[in-house]
Amino acid sequence: MNTAVKELNELVGREYKEGFVTDIEAETLPPGLDESVIRFLSGKKSEPDFILQWRLDAFRRWQEMETPDWAHVNYAPIDFQAISYYSAPKRDEDRPKSLDEVDPKLLETYNKLGIPLEEQKALAGVAVDAVFDSVSVATTFKDKLAEVGVIFCPLSEAMANHPELVREYLGSVVPPSDNFYASLNSAVFTEGSFVYVPKGVRCPMELSTYFRINALNTGQFERTLIIADEGSYVSYLEGCTAPMRDENQLHAAVVELVALKDAKIKYSTVQNWYPGDEEGRGGIYNFVTKRGACRGDNAKISWTQVETGSAITWKYPSVLLEGNHSTGEFYSVALTNNCQQADTGTKMVHIGENTSSTIISKGISAGRGQNAYRGLVKVLKGAKQARNYSQCDSLLMGDRCGAHTFPYVEVKNPTATIEHEATTSKIGEDQLFYCRQRGLSEEDAVSMIVNGFCKEVFRELPMEFAVEAQKLLGISLEGAVG
Amino acid sequence: MLKISDLKVTVDGKAILNGVDLDVGPGEVHAIMGPNGSGKSTLANVIAGRDDYEVTSGSVSFMGNDLLSMAPEDRAREGVFLAFQYPVEIPGVANIALLKEGLNAARRHRGEPELDALDFLKLVREKLKLVEMKEEFLYRSVNEGFSGGEKKRNEIFQMAILEPRLAVLDETDSGLDIDALKIVAGGVNALRSEERSVILVTHYQRLLDYIVPDRVHVLAEGRIVRSGDKQLALDLEERGYSWIDTSASTATA
Repeated sequence: MNTAVKELNELVGREYKEGFVTDIEAETLPPGLDESVIRFLSGKKSEPDFILQWRLDAFRRWQEMETPDWAHVNYAPIDFQAISYYSAPKRDEDRPKSLDEVDPKLLETYNKLGIPLEEQKALAGVAVDAVFDSVSVATTFKDKLAEVGVIFCPLSEAMANHPELVREYLGSVVPPSDNFYASLNSAVFTEGSFVYVPKGVRCPMELSTYFRINALNTGQFERTLIIADEGSYVSYLEGCTAPMRDENQLHAAVVELVALKDAKIKYSTVQNWYPGDEEGRGGIYNFVTKRGACRGDNAKISWTQVETGSAITWKYPSVLLEGNHSTGEFYSVALTNNCQQADTGTKMVHIGENTSSTIISKGISAGRGQNAYRGLVKVLKGAKQARNYSQCDSLLMGDRCGAHTFPYVEVKNPTATIEHEATTSKIGEDQLFYCRQRGLSEEDAVSMIVNGFCKEVFRELPMEFAVEAQKLLGISLEGAVG
Repeated sequence: MLKISDLKVTVDGKAILNGVDLDVGPGEVHAIMGPNGSGKSTLANVIAGRDDYEVTSGSVSFMGNDLLSMAPEDRAREGVFLAFQYPVEIPGVANIALLKEGLNAARRHRGEPELDALDFLKLVREKLKLVEMKEEFLYRSVNEGFSGGEKKRNEIFQMAILEPRLAVLDETDSGLDIDALKIVAGGVNALRSEERSVILVTHYQRLLDYIVPDRVHVLAEGRIVRSGDKQLALDLEERGYSWIDTSASTATA
């Protein structure tokens, strides 16, 4: 991992040398952010003019904003002028030639997760002629989706081919002025997915960025937009249990979901970015804005997340319950080990009548990790008979970590029913000894106890993801006890 | 099977066991009795390998191996089973999941193939009958929301599945009504065999009406002060521990 850390530091900390060039062929922009950078980004993708104007508007708003400081996390201020906002995918000659050149620790983790060799190469960024058979897999995949009319493509492609959809929905859930990082993202986003599921269509497969052709590299400022038209259904998987090779320290993504009448969106995330070393050096800052709108009656949006990576996680997948009888769900497992910090939770905003929401949050803290749940349940005046159930459980391992719960409740309608339960427990020596007395190794015992704690969340994940997530927790906690 | 010699143990610097000698042969059932604080549970926990106990001298050998140098899970896989005085709750972990992991860990240790789901279920169903428990018991979280009696029965059930060579029952009878006591005793008796040994740690002779021991030992102030056959337990019942304490002090005087 040390090489990766060094590279990260070099990238973030390097001096401005080359002078600004607007050469369209440039592979990487020098660090710095001003309007010309945004024009460059927009021009690079030949975006429609309305997108450029939208970006510029966001940028002007962003310049007047302050970095938020209310989250329960600590880090040195970020110098946004020290970041490069465009970098083309690495050329083959710059990549590792084979797995022999890849950090053995990373490979060890891949092997523990049982990832096939060819996929390991792809994840580690090894230059290969053809990335196993992802091309053929992706082609079959695209054909199947096209049959039912589902659009699944990079956002930049959607801007060119489906500008009317993008114009209608982009920023309609997370407006460009929403918050500091969302505004920054609106100004400079470069990668991301676009999904549109037509009326009445049940998307025939789980959509995963993993299969999105040409998009194996996660962007630093990703922007995802998913629209489920009336009566449709889609399940979307984001991320990967394998630690991805990544050279950007700051990630500020935006995800917007729109569920129209009777539509359902299920969005599952497994986030396992580099958390930094045991002393907290390096590691990704993950400052994400995720929000969905149930924009019609009986719409449903369900967020499930398993967050084990990143040095700092700052993330609140939320649901605006606009339609009557609409439903919002948030299932979360957040794990912090070593020096990781997480401030995560959700916002459920009840606007329509008979809306209901469920929040199940499981925080696990080990090492010197700090884990905060921050959640808002807001019931507006017109939201008659709104219901919410929240459950926030924290599990502590060792005595140097922390768990914090910040539940906010704002109710403007007296017919609402709000329930909140919270527990904090410690993995006891007693539990460990009990399992070991039955023949389990200490690591298996920890893994079993932690997975038991997270069960309510894991059962919301698609089957395969759930199995991987369980393994991942075990690996992330190795050495956390004893 | 188990040979304990001059075992001395401290907890937080306080001496709890002051030189225990005990020899349990294959197929034997030994009862260890004694007043509160005499060190009975300490002895059981040291055999199983719990932390927080410091062995200051002596040795424990199990099947010829130095038990004290082994990790708790290795002792378990070698066939040492402890039925806990206070079985621990593990939310979200199904009873059957813990058992399957444990059994297969022991089988791997012995070089046997793991049981597949079907064979395991067959075994489990058979053993459930022994402790008169319903199948839904298997899918509930380990000990969570179990009554006191259910927890103890669950310990015996686990023992029946794991088929240990040496079972140490730490006050498994405490807090049981007579029906549950009979079930627990039935489970232990079903397990009795030529190759298997049992140590019963108990306060009361009541349990020994149902599980008849080969030997009875009285532990007081960290030492075995009296050993005998089952008659010793009956005498104790009648005369109380004070009778032993006095004779112990005269014996060592």
